[in-house]
Amino acid sequence: MKLMTCPLNGPRNISEFVYGGEVKAMPNHKTCSDKEWADYVFYADNTIKIIQEWWFHSPSGYWFIAERHTASDEILRTFDPSELYQERIDFGHEEGVKGGVV
Amino acid sequence: MPFSLLKYGLSNDYPFEKDADLPAPTELKRHYDVVIIGGGGHGVATAYYLAKYHGMTNVAILEKGYLGGGNTARNTAVIRSNYLTSEGVKFYKQSVDMFQGLSNEFDFNIMYSSRGQLTLAHTDATVRSFRQRTEVNKHFGGRTELIDPQQIKELVPTLNMNPADMPILAGLWHIDGATARHDAVAWGYAKGATQRGVELHQLTEVTGVTVEQGKVTGVTTNRGAVSCGCVVQAVAGHSSLVASMAGIRMPITTYPLQAMVTQPVKPFLDPLVSSSALHCYVQQTGRGEIVFGGGSDPYPLYNTRSTLDLKESLLASAVEMFPFMANLKLMRQWAGITDMTSDYSPIMGLSPIKNYYLDAGWGTWGFKSTPICGKTMAELVASGGKVPELIAPFSMDRFDVFRQVNEMGATAASH
Ligand SMILES: Cc1cc2nc3c(=O)[nH]c(=O)nc-3n(C[C@H](O)[C@H](O)[C@H](O)COP(=O)(O)OP(=O)(O)OC[C@H]3O[C@@H](n4cnc5c(N)ncnc54)[C@H](O)[C@@H]3O)c2cc1C
Repeated sequence: MKLMTCPLNGPRNISEFVYGGEVKAMPNHKTCSDKEWADYVFYADNTIKIIQEWWFHSPSGYWFIAERHTASDEILRTFDPSELYQERIDFGHEEGVKGGVV
Repeated sequence: MPFSLLKYGLSNDYPFEKDADLPAPTELKRHYDVVIIGGGGHGVATAYYLAKYHGMTNVAILEKGYLGGGNTARNTAVIRSNYLTSEGVKFYKQSVDMFQGLSNEFDFNIMYSSRGQLTLAHTDATVRSFRQRTEVNKHFGGRTELIDPQQIKELVPTLNMNPADMPILAGLWHIDGATARHDAVAWGYAKGATQRGVELHQLTEVTGVTVEQGKVTGVTTNRGAVSCGCVVQAVAGHSSLVASMAGIRMPITTYPLQAMVTQPVKPFLDPLVSSSALHCYVQQTGRGEIVFGGGSDPYPLYNTRSTLDLKESLLASAVEMFPFMANLKLMRQWAGITDMTSDYSPIMGLSPIKNYYLDAGWGTWGFKSTPICGKTMAELVASGGKVPELIAPFSMDRFDVFRQVNEMGATAASH
């Protein structure tokens, strides 16, 4: 059994978590080109390194960020997204994207 | 001790060397017309058809490990063509047809066994998608039927018709479904290719790709540099890593896929059976072992470790389908790393670099396509980059124009 440390709930079985994809900057869908959007949606470096990724603790409904090595599977750090995102991101279709997109 | 054995024991002239299936290793030449990166089934099949149909033999296959030691050696060898899209069905159908003649062609038994493949539906929505797949398959000449629970019971008497309290409503019965010995496929192609003059270099890792003015001119390896006219990249799970050496970024994410096998038992299961809701497929090998597998791991990773989590969840599903399996012992568990695309279709054809051809994105479904991949990639290379019609829908730039070929529903439950 592999454990992951949830910033909210402490160490839990990895099967309680859902993978949510790499943390990456989202282009503004109103102004970016099709190619830029395709790049964001489909393409990835997909290399061997430490990456930051979104994870979801499903029983408590909590999203957080983890740093994990993509070959050793070692989880180096998990933290609350507020470390990276200070304000709420609005995905609304009217205004486009604003807020602290990293 | 027989006298002949003693004689060979004392001399340097071993009898098997001249009849060996593969020639002894040689030095790398300075130049090849074609360099194929990856000595899995796809790489050696491409070399075979280049030599056989196009007379191109100044070809080197560079393999960092050993022949067929990647996903070719790890897959569960499901061969089928009952996909959903016309692009997919047309393509895989030709592969299944080619598989049927391979043992004869190689003069080497690949143990092709045409037992049929059965996928189970547990919801109305799945039954509807099965109807569509049946019709698409028939349209392209495949043999696929929608069958009812009574027919399923007759085909597979040992199956629990109500696994995990999800009654089986119907089955997608793919009569052309088959299996074969995966290693033998790689060996057969390698033997045929090397007999025609292709060089297979094992323990030869490509460490860099030389690109000049947007065109590939050579590769560097742990055994030195070679120049070449063109490159075919067929490295499955390592696709993104190798492509990045040529400066190419791919729409691929690498996930482990695990499988396992039990101790052998008496023959009880003829068709390959998979459940769309339990994400589990079960088949019995010619040796009596039961092979079973499921979906990919839940998150990306470059690692072929096995996990307890998968063992638990997959065993639970397998025992639901065939309750008597609870009494069996597991013999082995293993994994491969699979190059997943978001539409569950491959990436074949041209790349942003001239003369650098891609055969990638084979994820969990690429063993069955080995013959047709080899044939079409060879055509692509021999024509100097004219993309064969059959593989045109699988070009990498389909993602740039959002023209995915969606085979997810027809792939996730059985590979
Ligand atoms: C558990 C499992 C079950 C599967 N089940 C099925 C199934 O039932 N049906 C089906 O159709 N498909 C299945 N697949 C998928 C199938 O195995 C693959 O898609 C297919 O084998 C890919 O073949 P390949 O020749 O492209 O790759 P591989 O056989 O992986 O060969 C690629 C080779 O490239 C080499 N390589 C990598 N990097 C370098 C480098 N830098 N230099 C030189 N060489 C390099 C590797 O060592 C490897 O030998 C399954 C896969 C797995 C893991």
